Amino acid sequence: MTEIKENNVCQTGEWVTENRFRRSWAKLKRNKAALVGGVLILVYVLSAFFAPVLFPGNPSAPNLINSLETPTFKDPLGTDELGRSILGRIIYGSRISLLIAVGVVSVGIILGIPLGLVSGYYGGKIDFGIQRVTDTMLAFPGFLLALALVAVLGVGLKNTVISIGISMVPMYIRLVRGCVLSVREEDYVEAARAVGTRDVIILFRHILPNVMVPITVQTSLSMGMAILFAAGLGFLGIGVQPPTPEWGTMLGSARSYLFHAPHVATFPGIAIFLAVLSFNLLGDGLRDALDPRFKI
Amino acid sequence: MSAHTKPLLEIKDLHTRFHTLDGAVKAVDGIDFEVYPGETLGLVGESGCGKSVTALSILQLLPCPPAEIQGRIFFEGKNLLDLGKEEVRKIRGNDISMIFQEPMTSLNPVLRIGEQISEAAKIHKDMTRREAWRWAVEMLRMVQIPGPGSRSRQYPHKFSGGMRQRAMIAMALSCNPRLILADEPTTALDVTIQAQIMTLLQGLKDDFKTAIVLITHDLGVIAEMASRVVVMYAGKVVEEAPIKELFKDPRHPYTQGLLGSIPVIGRKERTGRRLQEIPGIVPGPLETPLGCRFHPRCHKVINRCCDQEPPMIQLAEHRRVSCWLEA
Repeated sequence: MTEIKENNVCQTGEWVTENRFRRSWAKLKRNKAALVGGVLILVYVLSAFFAPVLFPGNPSAPNLINSLETPTFKDPLGTDELGRSILGRIIYGSRISLLIAVGVVSVGIILGIPLGLVSGYYGGKIDFGIQRVTDTMLAFPGFLLALALVAVLGVGLKNTVISIGISMVPMYIRLVRGCVLSVREEDYVEAARAVGTRDVIILFRHILPNVMVPITVQTSLSMGMAILFAAGLGFLGIGVQPPTPEWGTMLGSARSYLFHAPHVATFPGIAIFLAVLSFNLLGDGLRDALDPRFKI
Repeated sequence: MSAHTKPLLEIKDLHTRFHTLDGAVKAVDGIDFEVYPGETLGLVGESGCGKSVTALSILQLLPCPPAEIQGRIFFEGKNLLDLGKEEVRKIRGNDISMIFQEPMTSLNPVLRIGEQISEAAKIHKDMTRREAWRWAVEMLRMVQIPGPGSRSRQYPHKFSGGMRQRAMIAMALSCNPRLILADEPTTALDVTIQAQIMTLLQGLKDDFKTAIVLITHDLGVIAEMASRVVVMYAGKVVEEAPIKELFKDPRHPYTQGLLGSIPVIGRKERTGRRLQEIPGIVPGPLETPLGCRFHPRCHKVINRCCDQEPPMIQLAEHRRVSCWLEA
């Protein structure tokens, strides 16, 4: 008898947790813009994974006889100045761009979240120190900061990720600190302290999960920004170096042929635009879906 | 509770100040009392008289600065205020634990109940995750939560107020502490649940031989639970008495006022008097009156009260009062 009862209780519990997840999912589904963003991101991710299937052959191998061809049946988006298929390079470029996006937010999260937690939780001199450094970094326009860091670190994929990642760190610090300031005053944080919990555990197990919603939203938006920044660096020729197919770099080298062969610049531009747009749409959708105050 | 047993907790001349822009706020201003092993001490007073701050000062849970704690707090002979941060952390939850006033907000909404209760056992008893979880389920069974196994896997929003307070008690008891600071544990609950929680606490106290400092403004709760009472007013102790003597023969006009303001069914018919009240409110810590702190609200005030602070007069063992009328 008791067993049956306990079972029932258990099922109800799981149902409610699942229900909360479902509610967020339902809210996200209702938001058509976010759904479009999500589907586009899925397309980019799939093309990054299945790049060798979608485009057999080397996207960086030149074929000078075919250079600057307009779209044909063989090369649906035409070819660039070295006769390489633009579609193929965009498909392979999505690997680089997504890698950069993930790498950049990882740098931002790994450095930004602990610093933000410590700054918000301890306050006082530690907070003052971290916040003044953050102020200084935020005083630079984000792209300029990334540019300056590339100038120090040098070009290449790894350095692109590190420089853009570091330029994202102050944003994460500010965001996390602000949330921690309100959460640390909660009774359950004091209750955790009253049973002798270590500060590290309080920060990562009691406070961090309570500030995950804004971090999730920020991460989606940051990914779009990271792709844009990386393309900007590539366009200036100090990002990922050719012949690696990278959207910004493609755009940069197409600049000289803008008037004879506008398609060479247009398609990578559209790829960048759609990628950034889809991350922003998804980020906005997540913000509405995960916020319990927005009811449907 | 005699002079022969050594006190478990001994507070001597405790001052807790908060440094604010308006100046130093004296929340607790030189109090002393003892708690003996296994007893329940009631700490009574109106809102804002420094009861909660006293409890938080004992566990050093106040952020310093702005708070500043002075005096001596001996726990089993060790002065807690001399200990380092790490040593105090090891005492929290293990030797002294605390039950909070607000069960609705004292549990973390994103952690399962079992996880929160098992935390203390993991920290202080070196249990593995699984052992601690099993222990948490046992603790939930101890505080009479039905179906503790499945309940431990739920999140706090599935628990009612009374159940949450039970979970908080389970958390406080999980390392078998020698002292529990219960800060108004039933204030946020409705009356029937209050009685359940109090009975539970009393039973567990007897089982575990734990001492309790019961902080409350509810003298009815005190009458049920406590063996001895310390009455606080505006950051100071005004009277201390064993429970029976306090109700039979309150000496301080403030205590008399508190007892007079307990509603009793049929009082008006019997005595013709309505419920008594103490006029006014507790003075804010920034505007402490000169002389006796209670004199602006006291109905027995004499000239002396207005400019001289009354001494603490020891009437018997654990029977003291701070009032000029007794001098």
